[in-house]
Amino acid sequence: MDLNTITEVAHPQSREQLPLWTAGDAWLAGGTYLFSEPQAHLARLIDLTDLKWPALTVGETALTIAATCTVAQLDGLIGPPDWIASPLVNQCCRAFLASFKIWKTATVGGNICMSLPAGPMISLTAALDGVCTIWKADGSEQTIDVANFVTGNQCNVLAPGDLLRQIDIPLAALKRRSAFRQISLTPVGRSAALLIGSLHGGGGFALTVTGSTKRPIKLSFAGIPRADELRDMLQQHIPDALYHDDIHGKPIWRKHMTLRLAEEIRAELRGPRSEIQGPRSELQGPARP
Amino acid sequence: MTYQINGIEFSETPQAGQCLRTFLRQLGHFGVKKGCDAGDCGACTVLIDGEPVHSCLIPAFRADDHAITTIEGLAPAGGAHPMQQAFLDAQAFQCGFCTAGMILTCASLNQAQRQDLGSALKGNICRCTGYRAIEDALQGKTNVEQAEAGTAFGRSLPAPAGPQVVRGSERYTFDVAMEGTLHLKMLRSPHPHARIIAIDKRAALAVPGVQTVLTHEDAPQRLFSTARHEKQWMDPDDTRVLDPVVRFIGQKVAAVIAETEAAAEEGCRRLKVDYEILPAVVDPLQAIAPGAPVIHTDKTAEHRVSNAPRNIVAETHGEFGDVARALASAAVTYQGTFTTQRVQHAALETHGGLAWVDASGILNVRSSTQVPFLTRRALADIFDLAPDKVRVFCERVGGGFGGKQEMFVEDILALAALKTGRPVKFELTREEQFISTSTRHPMQVTVKAGADKDGRLTALQLDVLSNTGAYGNHAGPVLFHAVGECISVYNCPNKKVDAVAAYTNTVPSGAFRGYGLPQTIFAVEAAIDELARQLGIDPFDMRRRNVVKPGDPMLAPPGSEYHDVHYGSYGLDQCLDLVERAMAEPGPKLELSPDWLTGDGIALTMIDTVPPAGHFADCTIALRGDGGFELTVGTAEFGNGTATVHRQIAATALATTVDRINLRQSDTANGGHDTGAYGSAGTFVAGRATMAAAENLARDLIALGAQIAGADPASCALKDEAVICGRQILSFAELARSARGNGRTLSASGSSEGSPRSVAFNVQGFRIALNKATGEIRILRSVHAADAGKVANPMQCRGQVEGGVAQSLGATLYEEMVIDDGGRVTNPKFRDYHLPSFADIPRTEVYFADTTDSIGPMGAKSMSESPYNPVAAALGNAIANATGIRFTSVPFKPDRLWPALHEKFGLKG
Repeated sequence: MDLNTITEVAHPQSREQLPLWTAGDAWLAGGTYLFSEPQAHLARLIDLTDLKWPALTVGETALTIAATCTVAQLDGLIGPPDWIASPLVNQCCRAFLASFKIWKTATVGGNICMSLPAGPMISLTAALDGVCTIWKADGSEQTIDVANFVTGNQCNVLAPGDLLRQIDIPLAALKRRSAFRQISLTPVGRSAALLIGSLHGGGGFALTVTGSTKRPIKLSFAGIPRADELRDMLQQHIPDALYHDDIHGKPIWRKHMTLRLAEEIRAELRGPRSEIQGPRSELQGPARP
Repeated sequence: MTYQINGIEFSETPQAGQCLRTFLRQLGHFGVKKGCDAGDCGACTVLIDGEPVHSCLIPAFRADDHAITTIEGLAPAGGAHPMQQAFLDAQAFQCGFCTAGMILTCASLNQAQRQDLGSALKGNICRCTGYRAIEDALQGKTNVEQAEAGTAFGRSLPAPAGPQVVRGSERYTFDVAMEGTLHLKMLRSPHPHARIIAIDKRAALAVPGVQTVLTHEDAPQRLFSTARHEKQWMDPDDTRVLDPVVRFIGQKVAAVIAETEAAAEEGCRRLKVDYEILPAVVDPLQAIAPGAPVIHTDKTAEHRVSNAPRNIVAETHGEFGDVARALASAAVTYQGTFTTQRVQHAALETHGGLAWVDASGILNVRSSTQVPFLTRRALADIFDLAPDKVRVFCERVGGGFGGKQEMFVEDILALAALKTGRPVKFELTREEQFISTSTRHPMQVTVKAGADKDGRLTALQLDVLSNTGAYGNHAGPVLFHAVGECISVYNCPNKKVDAVAAYTNTVPSGAFRGYGLPQTIFAVEAAIDELARQLGIDPFDMRRRNVVKPGDPMLAPPGSEYHDVHYGSYGLDQCLDLVERAMAEPGPKLELSPDWLTGDGIALTMIDTVPPAGHFADCTIALRGDGGFELTVGTAEFGNGTATVHRQIAATALATTVDRINLRQSDTANGGHDTGAYGSAGTFVAGRATMAAAENLARDLIALGAQIAGADPASCALKDEAVICGRQILSFAELARSARGNGRTLSASGSSEGSPRSVAFNVQGFRIALNKATGEIRILRSVHAADAGKVANPMQCRGQVEGGVAQSLGATLYEEMVIDDGGRVTNPKFRDYHLPSFADIPRTEVYFADTTDSIGPMGAKSMSESPYNPVAAALGNAIANATGIRFTSVPFKPDRLWPALHEKFGLKG
């Protein structure tokens, strides 16, 4: 929609050119959130496009995702064969409530900075041990795990003027076996719970709970736990008050779906590869005559 | 900046915060629609460098130097892109407001996406079709037929506006640019109940571009109802254009009128309003309790408010026989309380319009309305203008569903145009649509029912509490309709009704597809099933034993004062048979894990084909010089398909083809009267008027032909666009020439009064699977049988059924407006108000009963609302059949079903 209070758009081309942050400023990445709601408190947009950050860079130890990398660019990434966790990318993209048309515009950084419980880029990068690099307003830099970057429903560690620069994914995380589960109140709707499990080379098991909780929750185990161990750990680490409550799912239901999906993930990763099942229940979509 | 739009370069600079959609529309590309303005609905889809995007989310400056394709540029001028042609061949639209975005999206899909349309189309909402016709278009199916002269009725002919709809050139309400137009924005109440003490306009008037600010001091004090009915007494006079008391969050407080929307918005932000906060009540049960805050202290029976001190706007009570005694002696009884939530019409085109006073002093209002004539009447009353000094009209309307049987914007637009002397535009935002227009009436319905051991109903009782919100528009008529046909369809010696509509400090309820029946049918049809289950009787048989048949009186207490409803035809028996047979057909074999339970459910509905107390339509038809016809009707087209049907009726009566009939419609300037396109009256009432006009003209043509041929008129007939008199063939063009030579024009008129009325029937069946561990529901089979009489256009009628089922599934499974304790709508956007998308809607098998109505035009009956009515009830019955649990409130969301499932099935996780 039109943001009629905006009087200026800045187009910095480098960090040095970033304007001094003032009240009424907003970073403009894809703009798919900013332009979707009234923003009468804003007067200036600072467009990040001309910073021309490379969307995706594969380094020695990490995949670097620029905050301005679009969802579509990430979805289009083709990794080497040993990135066996890469199906998670498409699974998380498909978990967007928004259509593929939005993926071309929406950015990975924007989704993380929105910090909605259902933000699928949070699910993905948190599960893959992503690390955020923040350009602090004072000119310094800070790094923080994605799982700790998001602190609550639409809350994160950014202070006014701070800018998320990139997310680094350790290549090792992309080489783990993984399992994905998601549930929503509607067939292709917003995630009410999105869980990702992974198996480390050394046998360690990690479970990332998003969607159902106000912030990402990561649990680690030395090996694959028993069902009751996993359940106890979830109950212990996710108090009822941490389950998110909104129109997209009641907390008690989110809790039980979390427990259920966690167990499905545990069972999948424990079993032989041939037992790997699809991400959702066997009845997909509505009936066709 | 330089933009290449549809191959043409534009050197324009957008506003800093402007989105691409408004920029494109500003440059005249009206095919780019605004549906949600938030990226959720896809109506604004355009291609940037060949890739589809939602243009409402794209900052306009970012399209600089890129090639943009709108629907108008998808194919070379005059041509059609294959996807546009496919949408025409399949008739994959109804109102057509979503069509441009849908076509651009579909045209961009790759093969993989075409295999997974549920995901690929989740960013494109169609509120009308139920998506089957869109899938047909993607599969290259042709659904349209052709018809020889005189055979149009009963054929699947395409909508006349189709070519313009698919090319984006059909004009909807806001698709006009008028020089010097001012923009209106409303300041709305932040309080559920308050008195306005003072409004300080100074800062607002100081905003550059602001022309004026209108408050209650500027508005007529006359009371009226936003509801539009033929008879004014149907609704209470409880509303003012601008009221010094606000009674819900979102109510109009003041209008700022400015040169730009931006200035008007800024003006609204700068208004300072001093409110005296008044006590509020948002729960209907609390509202009618003694001591509750009184919402309309100044209203009395004179304003047609039943009991203002108790916040009761309308009520009805009555009993036939002795229900208490019958229940006491029944073999089986059932009692349950059923609640239906607040849902929104969510027509993709929001309310709004333009108003201006023309050089001859006539106030013109172009608006998104189902009722131009009744709106004209209201404006003339409120502003003390002669009716001929007010013109209200619409071109194509982007969806209605009952929501536009109201006057929500025309009054303030008229005031603004009269005060400023300039054209004024007012276009509601999607949020305003949710917080300030109307919704379906939420109802709490307690049903008590009893039957004897043979399954014959002995008692039916309804206790209804309807929440009409802060104003009583449609409160009474919806309530009375709600307790009508749902029980009059059953023979039962003892019936009782107690029904009350309560004011609350919430957004008003209003007319909504089904008009109260879906809410009560949800309860009644559950009760019928529960009795059948106790007796071990099959649900189909239970209904067969009890439904009315021709000759049976159709009774609901306290009894109607209208006695003009007849069995013009009867197809309920066929509908039950059709659904039963289809449900018994073997379906695809499913591999279900033990978590999935399956079940079947059915429900039926009867509906009077016209609202009571008169529904009028005047039509005229004139022979043109070329032998074609000019047909003028008052009823509006908003996706209901009546524009198609009127041409079919006239072409059939006049032995011509539909392309020879030019239709002019929904404009008070054309003369005559039309009550409006509501109550499924577009075909049944207005169609009868068209038929009468066409038959009158046919007689005149024959008379003239006979005169010229010197033959006995009784020996002449119309055939193939000519009068045949023995061996003489006089073409219509020749007759026109002859008449013109004699200084005559050949024209005729026809009228319809909406009485007598008939009854139409629908039966819905579902087979579902329900996951007892998660609460997820999958619809395995959806079957619908409709008794629409002689079906005027099977393709369109099927579309109405599918669309009605789909919209109702939205209300059954997903949709709900949440209002918090303070009276605020907490989810006023599509992102949080889930409209069914392609993935959410099963294909429904549609069957028609073979009947011919003795009252409706050419044997046809109405069929726009009623397919909606039995859906929630049938689904609830299927869930009860699958789980053994009777769920009594909608929507049936997994998180709502889960606690009871968990309790019963005790599953972990």
